[in-house]
Amino acid sequence: MMFKKKLLFYGAILVFLSCSKGHNEEEYTPVSAPLQIPTLFHKLLIAPIIPSNNPQTQEGVSLGKKLFFEKGLSADNTQSCATCHDPKIAFTDKRQFSEGIDGVFGNRNSMPLFNLAWNFDENFFWDGRSIGIERQAIEPVINPIEMHNTWSQVVSVLEAKEAYPELFYKAFGTRKIDSILVSKAIAQFERTLISANSKFDQYLNGEAQLSASELNGFDVFMDETKGDCFHCHGSDKNPLWTDNAFHNNGLDAVPFDLGLAKVTGDPADNGKFKSPSLRNLAFTAPFMHDGRFSTLEEVINHYSEGLKASPTIDPLMKKVSSGGVQLTPQEKTDLKAFLLSLSDFEFISNPVFQKE
Amino acid sequence: MKFLKVIAIAALSIVSCSKSKITPPSAFVTLNFSHQWDGATVTKSDFNTIKFTNANGQQLSIERLRYLVSAITLTNTEKQKTIIKAIQLVNLGEEKGLRLTSDFAVPQGKYTLSFIFGLNDTGNLDGVYQELNSVSFNVPTMLGGGYHFMQFDGKFNGSNSLINNFNYHVIRAVNREDLANVIFKDTSFEVNLGDVVINESGVIEVKMDISEWFKNPNLWDLNTLNSMLMTDFNAQVLMSANGKSVFSLGAVTP
Repeated sequence: MMFKKKLLFYGAILVFLSCSKGHNEEEYTPVSAPLQIPTLFHKLLIAPIIPSNNPQTQEGVSLGKKLFFEKGLSADNTQSCATCHDPKIAFTDKRQFSEGIDGVFGNRNSMPLFNLAWNFDENFFWDGRSIGIERQAIEPVINPIEMHNTWSQVVSVLEAKEAYPELFYKAFGTRKIDSILVSKAIAQFERTLISANSKFDQYLNGEAQLSASELNGFDVFMDETKGDCFHCHGSDKNPLWTDNAFHNNGLDAVPFDLGLAKVTGDPADNGKFKSPSLRNLAFTAPFMHDGRFSTLEEVINHYSEGLKASPTIDPLMKKVSSGGVQLTPQEKTDLKAFLLSLSDFEFISNPVFQKE
Repeated sequence: MKFLKVIAIAALSIVSCSKSKITPPSAFVTLNFSHQWDGATVTKSDFNTIKFTNANGQQLSIERLRYLVSAITLTNTEKQKTIIKAIQLVNLGEEKGLRLTSDFAVPQGKYTLSFIFGLNDTGNLDGVYQELNSVSFNVPTMLGGGYHFMQFDGKFNGSNSLINNFNYHVIRAVNREDLANVIFKDTSFEVNLGDVVINESGVIEVKMDISEWFKNPNLWDLNTLNSMLMTDFNAQVLMSANGKSVFSLGAVTP
């Protein structure tokens, strides 16, 4: 009798160990996938922002990409992130305003997506209302004029699809899907959207020559007495071509859209919006937070002659009383040529970023 | 047993005495950058409102104020210099860089505290500081490259009865009138705040009186000198002169 008890006892331990061992064998460690930092960025900029609780992994990025193109994120299964952030046009929308699943249009132009890990203050959206890419990715799903969904519904849809639980397990060690993990995966994918191979990048790397017009345009851009664009839009020493900060750039005497002020509640922020990067302008029309300008010529004319004074216009806007910096037609042509040299054709055609 | 205790206590005493002789008391140094206007405290909450009056009687607002100090140095009584921070960018509007603590401790005692406003020609190299590139503090290469020393932007009530913008941007002076003979002048300057005693806490206040940029020794007229000053050699020389009375030593917290 005693022997039987001992046998049962040790047998149970063996079964337990066996089960434990089997469980350990199933444990999966995702493969680290550090961002491939472009030479220029590595040389000139501080390290990109990668949250310690969401390191880049092959499995996380791959899942994030699948989710980015997943129409099941929207309530009627018709829209994915890519619907308004098309990879073929630098992840933006050709339309002035994007249309949600219910046919309702927003009031802001879809922001292009690239080099997001170098947004050092981590303020996302035109008005900076989300801190961090992970938080940003949460909102469009539940925004009533965008995907108009609920996260519980999204989770149900994803869990019902055979592939997802296993993909989440491999990326995050759990088959239990939730909004946090979805946003983490999408953020990992979005951090890989790096654009750093424009003609001007190649010029800075000694791999290409600029035309005389492009070089003159760069001078206009950098000259405080002419374009004076560099104070807000980066330079050859800050190849993000944005300061990722918020400015009122003189679009309206009385801002219709309060922008940053709607987030901070501070009237001093009326009409302030995040400076967009000037990379990839060849693909990202229309321009400004409300897509009011269809062409680069309109944008340049705005800064040259179209500024409107207001209490919150940025002091960096020059010669406001005379409408702007008063560029000559040749300077405008050259400035446009330079700006277009910041467009990265490899980025928009990179198969890694396209839907499979 | 008692004997062993006595030996142990004696040994500890020796170690303790030896340690105090080898390692004098030291402290990490903390600098707090504070800002005033004619002595009144200025913080971020004072921004964006035309509420200041300069020595020339012009009413103005502050909307952006960020500046660079470098080679922050403690010099002891034996004239030995210790740089406690190579570069510090202070951004009052975003409340960044207002406080710095040395990465290492220094022996407690008497020092003089000094720094360079901006970067001198040795350090003012084009594009080499990633932390400054990343916040777009660069100076265009056509102006010699390197970095801004200060960006001070705001609005003022002008003689044209309009509210005008000003950009009091301080850089190394450059004269490009003759492109074949471009002239540079190092307009950074050393600020010597005098004697400080570093004690256990080592917290030192560095004060900037913003109003001084407009009055001493050069009375500043914003109607004539308001923007596009980066390309104005003479304006840069005037700004450099005015900057020398801007900083002073504040409280040294015991």
